[in-house]
Amino acid sequence: MFEFGIPVLSAFVSLALAAIPLLLAGANPIAAYGQMIKGVFGSVFAISEMLTRATPLIFTGLAAALAFRAKLWNIGAEGQLYLGAMAAVAVGVGAFDVAGFILIPLIIVFGAAAGAAGMAAPTFLKARFGADEVVTTLLLNFIILIFVQMMLEGPLQDPMGLGWPQSAPVLDQGMLPRLMDRMRVHSGLIIALIAALVAQFMLARSVWGFQLRAVGENAVAARHAGIKVKRSLYSVAIISGGLAGLAGVSEVAGLKGYLTADLSPGFGYTGIVVAMLAGLSPIGVVVAAIFIASVFVGADSMSRAMGVSSFLADLVVSMSLLCVLIGGFIAKYRIIRADKGNTTS
Amino acid sequence: MSNIVLSLNGLSKKFGSVVANADVSLTLERGEVLALLGENGAGKTTLMNMLFGHYLPDSGTIDVADANGQLCPLQLGHPLAALSAGIGMVHQHFTLAENINALDNITLGAEPLLAVRRSTRLARSKIDRIIEKSGLKAPLSTPVGRLSVGERQRVEILKALYRDANILVLDEPTAVLTPQEADTLFENIKAMTKDGISVIFISHKLHEVLAFSDRIAVLRHGVKVGEMATSQADEKAIARMMVGAESPKVERTKIATGDPVLQLKNISVAGRSKRDSLEFVSLEVHAHEILGIAGISGNGQGALAQVVSGLMTLSEGTIQVGGKEITKPAPQAMISAGVGRIPEDRHREGIIGAMTVAENMVIERLEDSDIQSRGLLRPDAIEAYARILEHSYDVRGPGVTAAARLLSGGNIQKLILARVFERAPKVILASQPTRGLDMGAAAEVGRRLLEARERGAGVLLISEDLDEILGLADRIMIIRDGQLVETKSHDREAIGLMMAGEAA
Repeated sequence: MFEFGIPVLSAFVSLALAAIPLLLAGANPIAAYGQMIKGVFGSVFAISEMLTRATPLIFTGLAAALAFRAKLWNIGAEGQLYLGAMAAVAVGVGAFDVAGFILIPLIIVFGAAAGAAGMAAPTFLKARFGADEVVTTLLLNFIILIFVQMMLEGPLQDPMGLGWPQSAPVLDQGMLPRLMDRMRVHSGLIIALIAALVAQFMLARSVWGFQLRAVGENAVAARHAGIKVKRSLYSVAIISGGLAGLAGVSEVAGLKGYLTADLSPGFGYTGIVVAMLAGLSPIGVVVAAIFIASVFVGADSMSRAMGVSSFLADLVVSMSLLCVLIGGFIAKYRIIRADKGNTTS
Repeated sequence: MSNIVLSLNGLSKKFGSVVANADVSLTLERGEVLALLGENGAGKTTLMNMLFGHYLPDSGTIDVADANGQLCPLQLGHPLAALSAGIGMVHQHFTLAENINALDNITLGAEPLLAVRRSTRLARSKIDRIIEKSGLKAPLSTPVGRLSVGERQRVEILKALYRDANILVLDEPTAVLTPQEADTLFENIKAMTKDGISVIFISHKLHEVLAFSDRIAVLRHGVKVGEMATSQADEKAIARMMVGAESPKVERTKIATGDPVLQLKNISVAGRSKRDSLEFVSLEVHAHEILGIAGISGNGQGALAQVVSGLMTLSEGTIQVGGKEITKPAPQAMISAGVGRIPEDRHREGIIGAMTVAENMVIERLEDSDIQSRGLLRPDAIEAYARILEHSYDVRGPGVTAAARLLSGGNIQKLILARVFERAPKVILASQPTRGLDMGAAAEVGRRLLEARERGAGVLLISEDLDEILGLADRIMIIRDGQLVETKSHDREAIGLMMAGEAA
C-alpha cells in the first residue's frame, strides 16, 4: 500500500521547506538544524528526552496504524489516551495498596481496557447504525477531555493538592521503572517497542491480521469469502483503543505520576501523522515516532540556542504529513496508469 | 468524392515493453459496419482508445472525413478533437454518473458551461427523436444508478448519438442484451448506417459478427491478422484467425442425475429495489447436473446469487445444502456446507487486489489446519499450496507472491476457479462466470464446470449469455421480475421470448 520512499522523502522535504521561515526569522538554517540535531542526539540526556517524547507517540501511532489498516478511522486516540490515564489514576493512587508486581499490571490492564471501551463505543455505533466513526471519535475527544476536567475537580481531585485540578499521585510501587538513573526515559518505552513488534508480527502472520488486511482492502470481497467483517472491526477497535489507552498509562504511571487536564499536548492527533509517515506499518511507527519526537525536542533546543520560535516543530510535522499525502497521491496516480497499460496490452 | 470516412494508418502503441498495437491500418466506409474481432488483450481497446484520443500513438496517423467528405488528419491524443470530428465511443465499462438521470447524463458536457438557464425541452425532444429512430428505449428521468446494465448501455449509445456522431465505436455492445434486444439493436444500427453512420463494432461473439457486419478485421497480439468481407467468411475461419486454432467445442457426456444437493424452497427476499428482490423462488439442483438460470440483467439474478452465497437475509423460505437446512445463511455457513461460489463481479467480490495471489487462494480456507495453526498462518504451506494451484489451474502472472490486481481478467477468474474447485464443492454457484473473458478463458470455465458435474457436483449457472447456458446446462430456468419459471425447451427463440416476458 505504501512505500517507505515517500515518507523518508517527505521528512526531508518538510525540513527543507522549514528552512524558509527559518531564513525569514533571521537564522542560518544549517546552524539551526545543527542545534536541533545536537539537542536530540548531543547527550545521553538529550536522547533520553527524545525517547521519552517518542514513547506515547509510538502507542498512539500504533493505535492509528492498526485501525487505519482496517479502514476504521480512529481519530479519537487523544480521548482514549485520557481514558487510559484516568483509569490508571483510579486504580493506582491507593484503591489497591498492593505490591508493584500486582499493581503495575492492574494499572496497565485497566488503562488499556478504558481506552478500548472508548473506541468500542463508536465502532458499535458504526456497525449498528452506520454512524461515521470519523465524526464520533473526533467529537468524543472533547467530551472525554471535559469529563476529565470534571473528574479532576471532583472525585479524582487530590485532597492534598490545595485545590489544583490534578489527581493524587500514583503510588510509588505503581510507577513504571525508569530505565536509567536520573533520566526520565522509562519502561513504557519497552512496552511500546514490544507492542510494535507484536503488532507487526500479528499483522503479517496471524489469521487475525490476514482478516484485518482483507477487510481494510476490500470489505465486500472479505465478507463474500466468509470473513466476519464486524467482528474484525470490533477486534481492531479494541486493540487500537487499548494502545491509545496505554499511551495515557505510560504518561501518568511512567512520567508525570499524576493526572492533569494538560497531560497530552495532542499525542493522539500527532499519532495519526506518525501512522501516515510510517505507511501504516507498526515497525515504521517506531521510526516515525522517533523522527517526530526528534523534531519536537530538537526544536525546543534550537529555539533556546537560536532565538527562533519552537512552533517551527509543528510546522515541520504538519508539512511532513502533507508531503506524505501528496506523495501517496502521486504514487497512486502512477500505479493506475501502469495498470491501464497492462490490461490493454 | 471518396466513400472512405475514416482511415487509420500504421498505428503502433507500446506500454513499456509490451506491444499493444503494431502497425495497424484500417479503413471505414460510409454506412459500413466493420467488426473488430480479437481475444482479450489482442489490442482492440487500445486501438479504439487511440482513435478516440485517450492514448497518443507511438507512430501512425488517423484521417477522418470532414463535412465535404475530404479526409483530413485528426489531431492525435485529443478526445475533444475526436468528438468534434464526429467520432462517438461506447465503452465496455460505462462512463455514466450514477447519481443523475439519463437525460442529464446524455446532455452532460454537450451544453455550454456558463448558460444561465438550461432548457431540457430541446434536448429531450432530440433524444426522443433518436430513441424513436433507433429503438434504444431507456427511462430518461430515473437516476442512472437505478437502471439495469442493459439500460445503462442504451444510455451510453444515446449519449454518443446525441453528439451527432457519424462514426460510432461500440465496445462489446451485446454482452448484456437479450437475443431479441440484440437483434433490434442490429436492425437499428442497420437503419442508422443507411443514414450514413458508420459503425466499428468490437465483439467476441462470432455468430452475431457474421450475421450483422459488412466487413471483419481480426486482431491478434496487436497485429491485424486478417480482413475480409463478411459474405466470404465463416465461423471456423475467423475463430482460427483469432486464436490461431479452431474454437474449442465443449464436450459433454450424458450422466444420470443424482440426489438434490441444493434446494431453495419458496424463497423471498426484499431488496432495495424490485431488481434485487425475489418472490417465492424454488429450485433444486441435483448431483451431476447443471441448472442454467437465463434472464435479462436486473431481473433478480443478483439477489439469487447473493442468497446462495449467504450474503442476503431471507424474508421467507428455506435453503438446504445436501439435504441439510442452513438455518443461519452466512458466507461462512455456505462455504462449510460445501458451496463453492464464483461471484459475478470478480474484481469487487472475488479478489482482494492489494493482497497476494496466494492469500487470495486461501482466503476461504483460513480455518483449515494446513493453512494455520493456533491462529498463526503457515506461510510456507500457503505458498506451496498456491504454487500447486497456480500450476494446475494455469494462473499466469507475476507469481503467487505478487498482488492479485496485477493479473489480467482471465487469470483473476482462474484464481477464483482454483480457489473454488480445489475444495471439491458439492454445489457450485457460477454467476456470470465468463463475462468479459476471452474465448480461451471462457472455454476453460466451461470445461471446469462440466468436470465438476461429472465428479458429482450440482452447478447453478446464472448467466445472461444464452449461448453459454444452452451449451452447458442440463435444465434451464428463466428468471424474470424476481420469479423463476422452468422451461423444457432448448430453443433460442423460445427462451429469448420468455426472457423478455412473452408467452413462449
